Amino acid sequence: MTTASTPAEVVRPREVRTAGEASRTTVAYLRHAAGKLGGAAVSLLAVLVTSFFLFRILPGDPVKAMTHGVPTSAEQLATLRRQFSLDLPLWQQFTDYCAKALTGDLGMSYQFRAPVGELIAQKVPATLLLTGVAVVIYSALGLWLGTRSAWRHGSLGDRLNTGVALTLWSVPSFWLGLLLIIVFAVGMGPIPGLFPTGGMESGDTTGFAYVLDVAHHMVLPVLTLVAVGYAQTLLVMRSSLLDEMGGDYLTTARAKGLRDDVVRRRHAVPNALLPTVTMVFINLGHVAAGSILVETVFSWPGLGGLFYQALSVPDLPLVQGLFVVFAGAMILMNLLADLLYPLLDPRVGR
Amino acid sequence: MTTVPTTTSLAWARRRNAVARFWQRYRSHRAGLYGLAGLALIAALALAAPLVVGDDVQSVTDAPGGALESPSGRFPLGTDQFGRSLLGLLVWGARVSLAVGLLAAALSVAIGTLVGIVAGHYGGWFSTVLMRVTDWFLVMPALVLAIVLATVLSRSMWTVILAIGITSWPTTARLVRAQTIAVESRPYIERARALGGGHGHVMTRHVLPNVMPLVLAQTTLGISTAILTEATLAFLGLGDPTVVSWGGMLQDAREAGAVSAGHWWYLAPPGIAIALVALAFTLCGRAIESVLNPKLGVGR
Repeated sequence: MTTASTPAEVVRPREVRTAGEASRTTVAYLRHAAGKLGGAAVSLLAVLVTSFFLFRILPGDPVKAMTHGVPTSAEQLATLRRQFSLDLPLWQQFTDYCAKALTGDLGMSYQFRAPVGELIAQKVPATLLLTGVAVVIYSALGLWLGTRSAWRHGSLGDRLNTGVALTLWSVPSFWLGLLLIIVFAVGMGPIPGLFPTGGMESGDTTGFAYVLDVAHHMVLPVLTLVAVGYAQTLLVMRSSLLDEMGGDYLTTARAKGLRDDVVRRRHAVPNALLPTVTMVFINLGHVAAGSILVETVFSWPGLGGLFYQALSVPDLPLVQGLFVVFAGAMILMNLLADLLYPLLDPRVGR
Repeated sequence: MTTVPTTTSLAWARRRNAVARFWQRYRSHRAGLYGLAGLALIAALALAAPLVVGDDVQSVTDAPGGALESPSGRFPLGTDQFGRSLLGLLVWGARVSLAVGLLAAALSVAIGTLVGIVAGHYGGWFSTVLMRVTDWFLVMPALVLAIVLATVLSRSMWTVILAIGITSWPTTARLVRAQTIAVESRPYIERARALGGGHGHVMTRHVLPNVMPLVLAQTTLGISTAILTEATLAFLGLGDPTVVSWGGMLQDAREAGAVSAGHWWYLAPPGIAIALVALAFTLCGRAIESVLNPKLGVGR
């Protein structure tokens, strides 16, 4: 994780506390954590309930949606209903669904005729790899550029930085991906096709060559995710550093005779990092969902690509399962941010 | 009889002054001015589209050109797989993208303002429940929820508007609630109550005007998100198949094999258009935000 180096710097002031104070804050923290855990559990339950009603009630007849206009006899419809236990009363379907979901059983996919849970589990590593790398890069890039921008705010560099970031932020990620494919994968004019158009591997390599091959396939998708994503981190970092810059402690630090560079690195940035840390976690929660388009465009064999396949059928159990997973990832990351935040910023959670 | 027009005219004079003051400060944000100029241009083009490119630009049956022609004098951006002029479609697509963006953002901000004011005004368990619902929506990945809604409901422009509006209101609700609580602690609200003003009166005549500026900034920022989401949904094939939108054009381009054939002139313009409109709204929104809340310092 990108922020691994920051906690140590920020937490330092806590060491001066006495033992009594420390135990009191521990209790307060545990209470805070229990509250957040409870909240997350309720949210997760709410996701399960919503996903059930969203998919069973809104589409009208799921079986009709499943056959999707293909002429089907009444017998076939009845068989399908029985197969996916859609002939039971709604409340029974609901209790069955909840009981199964809690044990990790998300039903059968219409399209692949395989358990949804298995299908999803197969695709998780690819998505984690792609989006993990992208989040690390764009968080680091956003922090670095945001710091530079804020420290020299109003300068030409700042205006250029913010302008470029905002423009890239306004670009639809899938479009940028398609353009990158045209220019760098298909080749355009003098530029030869440098990168593969899609997928994750060429399929004929092993060992270290395999790692290189996957990295080669990752360049364009990661570039797309970074280009579209770093603006948010940049803007948050910039505005939170701007907030800190009026602080008296910076004047004090300068009065002590510290170099501008040290004032920035050791005094201003650690404080400004706090809101950005939350941001990074929320981004991590978003990654699975955010990669839907990029994975689709680059035929990356991950959750996003699976979601697109499920949508085009539509394969409702699979869409539903992925919805639960995406929302669950989001809730989990928010929970982690909530739990970590008081550790990073001793003012919170007391 | 004579006092009534005087008080209204006074109120109007005050409003005029406020608008003039706002404009004066907005003018100092150069990026905001660029955004505004860009928007005016695009909106004029979208409104005049029937005159500029004609009503029949969407028609597949009597398309003027051959399939997938390269840019030429007759078709400056080439043609799509049905032989329609891409420039015409691009201009026509602005109508759908802008309409969906504006309506979806309006819906989202309306829900958010209503929830925020009600939750902030009444307080108590009712407010707690409302805010829990808001928090829950805030945690949801909005794009996934919008995609799911657009999948399970029927395909139409209204579904897209609904899907975007329903999934994007929580941020506004939180902001408006905070502002409502701040406004309601001021003495003039107490005065209004003492004079017999009911809940409805306080909420609509005192709180609403005070949260309006915030709501305006939120709407402007929300429109660019809504336009991007609309393009995304259309690209995933969840838009209204009967209308041409920029996202839909990109989907058509991908289906026609424009990517592997290297037809960049088919792909580039709709994306640039989306980015320009989204950027223009973002620039305006940030300028409005920093005029209203100079401390934010976003637009500096």
